[in-house]
Amino acid sequence: MVDLSINCGGIKSPNPFWLASAPPTNSAYQICKAFELGWGGTVWKTLSEPIMNVASRLGGFDYSGQKLAGLNNIELTTDRTIEINLKEIYETKKLWPDRAIIVSLMVESKRETWHDIVKKAIDTGADGLELNYGCPHGMSERGMGAAVGQVPEYCKMITEWVTEVSTIPVLVKLTPNVTNIQMPARAAQAAKAQGVSLINTINSIVGIDLDTLRVVPNVSGKGGHGGFAGPAVKPIALHMVSQVATDPEFNLAISGIGGISTWKDALEFILLGATSVQVCTAVMHHGFRIVQDMIDGLTNWMQSKGFSNLDQVRGKSLTGLDSFGNLNLLYKAVARIDQSKCIHCNLCYIACEDGAHQCIDITPEDGHNKTVIREKDCVGCNLCAIVCPVPGCISMVRLDDGSEEKTWNNLIQDFKSEGRELSWENLAEFQKQHGIEIH
Amino acid sequence: MENIVSKLSTEQYEKNFQELHPPLTYGSALAESSRCLYCYDSPCMKACPTHIDISEFIKKISTDNLLGSAKTILKSNWVALTCAKACPVAVLCEGACVLNEKGDKPIEIGRLQRYVIDNYFEQGMPALFDVKPSNGKSVAIIGSGPSGLACGAELALLGYNVTIFEQSDVPGGLNTWGIAPYKMRKQDALKEVELVKSFGVSVKTGTGIGKNITFNELYKNYDAVFLGIGLGESNALSVKGEELSGVISALDFIEQVKTEDWSSVPVGKKVAIIGAGNTSIDAATEAKRLGAEQVIVLYRRSSQDMSAYNFEFDLAKKDGIIFHFLTAPKNIIGKNSVEGIECIRMEPGQPDSKGKRSVLPVPGTEFTIPVDMVIKAIGQEAQNDFISSVPGVKFVNGKIEINVENYQTGNPKVFAGGDCINGGKEVVNAAYDGKMAAHGIDKFLCN
Repeated sequence: MVDLSINCGGIKSPNPFWLASAPPTNSAYQICKAFELGWGGTVWKTLSEPIMNVASRLGGFDYSGQKLAGLNNIELTTDRTIEINLKEIYETKKLWPDRAIIVSLMVESKRETWHDIVKKAIDTGADGLELNYGCPHGMSERGMGAAVGQVPEYCKMITEWVTEVSTIPVLVKLTPNVTNIQMPARAAQAAKAQGVSLINTINSIVGIDLDTLRVVPNVSGKGGHGGFAGPAVKPIALHMVSQVATDPEFNLAISGIGGISTWKDALEFILLGATSVQVCTAVMHHGFRIVQDMIDGLTNWMQSKGFSNLDQVRGKSLTGLDSFGNLNLLYKAVARIDQSKCIHCNLCYIACEDGAHQCIDITPEDGHNKTVIREKDCVGCNLCAIVCPVPGCISMVRLDDGSEEKTWNNLIQDFKSEGRELSWENLAEFQKQHGIEIH
Repeated sequence: MENIVSKLSTEQYEKNFQELHPPLTYGSALAESSRCLYCYDSPCMKACPTHIDISEFIKKISTDNLLGSAKTILKSNWVALTCAKACPVAVLCEGACVLNEKGDKPIEIGRLQRYVIDNYFEQGMPALFDVKPSNGKSVAIIGSGPSGLACGAELALLGYNVTIFEQSDVPGGLNTWGIAPYKMRKQDALKEVELVKSFGVSVKTGTGIGKNITFNELYKNYDAVFLGIGLGESNALSVKGEELSGVISALDFIEQVKTEDWSSVPVGKKVAIIGAGNTSIDAATEAKRLGAEQVIVLYRRSSQDMSAYNFEFDLAKKDGIIFHFLTAPKNIIGKNSVEGIECIRMEPGQPDSKGKRSVLPVPGTEFTIPVDMVIKAIGQEAQNDFISSVPGVKFVNGKIEINVENYQTGNPKVFAGGDCINGGKEVVNAAYDGKMAAHGIDKFLCN
């Protein structure tokens, strides 16, 4: 039996799939529908100061005929009154006691104002709070959202205002629009929060309409930067989650966010240390129903790998994460083409020829081109295997026997102890010694 | 002819002749173009007789660069719309698509090409090519079919003064008159004629050589002559009754259908087509779509010997056409009009040097099929009389002999391309011939 339940900084839910604070979590109607389909939790759309939204709020980033590789938005926090939201949160929690309901908050930077909204949110019976320090547009210009998240001192101060009155777990939602994500994460920890959620959206201009020459989305001839989300941001989000997860000074729970569309995406966040994951763009594209495949897929994967709960999975890939200086310079891998699978598109050839190290030969044979790796020149960069459209046709094969390891850090250490300086000549000697040819 | 089918409603004709491969929408073209792998040195390009840089034009569709895409196509092929609609893509570009090897559906190259060229004509043929200043030399082209058009376009861009002489009142040759309406309408072929004319090529229709003007006049007045004359009369069956009312050649029948005045094309209720090539399939399916109750294809050899493409054979079978293989016509029976066709069973004999088996009649197996119409589709003769009248031109096995390097005939001033040099191939072959001959002419006249 596989158990998908989690406890994220004291917030429990039957599975790790939460809806992120965003348009899909605007109302009890939507959230009840989502819970019906299996979502484990939701972060209610941010309760905030009075705001008004504009029409034309979203811009899509399509790639190669695929819709929504990314989504940009300039929508603000909830535009419904605090009272209506609080009432709906209360009613929804009553109906769904086993699901996690987290209330997202963002108010002006006054201690009393925060105390007041925190108490009201707790009174709904919600399971936790999420402090929105990430919103990169509109609210930041009013001193809220990212304006707080980008300054660790503000982040700590306001989080303290919350934690000093809160009786339920507090997650701090981090903006990626910073130089080092570890700093605001540490500030949240210092202020006694129970966890962090990351990443919020990335500052972006999603595109220009080449007929009107206006930025998209276009609000009556004008537009501005927005927050970018969706599949395209996932690698950035994964990196930031890993930075926080590997910070020796950080030990809170992590709720992973950023381009999660499938159980596979979710799993990657969990493998890098996330406890829950939050989803928005994929739901905006395809609806709440996507959670069914997420639950199934994750369960089946865990079963096939022999895991019975997510504690066994969480952070498992962090052990293989290291800095460049600790990677083995003597690992020798080369590409091999399985000629029986090759369809003769020659994409490997042109990629290697123009974009890498010119180590694929192309010769006419039986009316098509035969592509062959010149192994002695192959640097093992993976490019050909990445561009090959046929699964399993090009594989990267290890040639060294794994008995020798020398990292850059080792090498520099050796040079130091031998009294040699780091020079091209000394490097060439090392390369020659190990049969590494640079061409 | 007796027992002519009754007229169908206009809607029914339109339905019967609606396009087999309808146009792609913007979204579907975008999705299909994005599916293309953008192969390097792609097999599809090599498989196209005109070597269109297919992956390049498809890439340009995916970036909304439709004019750039049109230019990529047209610079290799001046009758690209006809080719997009009439090429046997399954055995050419699409057959070579690497996705076949991957186990996927090949890219719909023909439909994508059509999407681009349709758009080009819809945009009003914006100028994509520079016409070089006149070099003062002139070339006469005989025939406005695909090879003549391609030759004319290419020469005009090089600065030649080009005149195409066309015996019919409507230009375009077989592009206009020989392609089944469910593949392509006449209007499309005429658009391509307009494109070629836009480069300054003059097209003189209703001008038959030997009727309105002599070959010698052309030969004297022009610096070079290109023969894009295609083939001649349909081969005769040489059986009794061939002169009866209701016996027609496939090409004449197809031409009548191409008038698109379908209710005026006489078709018998029961039709026999003699021969099993691609023209025969066209005639058979068209007769069926005009309302014939029963259409039978008679072929003296077996199914593996027929020259019709598999996809054409499939189309005919879907239309309910009946095939009698190893069956030869012996006599067409009837008083004034066709009443039936007497056939005889054949049996395979020894294979010849090319492996093609001869066939021999089986005595005593004669039988008669009652039919009202007989369509002859056993190939065309070459334009023997005309060709033999051109001094120096060599004529071998029914084909004009040319130098494959420059398409020059035995007469240095006379060049040729298309069906008259290959005995009858695809439009795309003719398009390539015409273009290459233009460069042969250019080299000849510049030296």
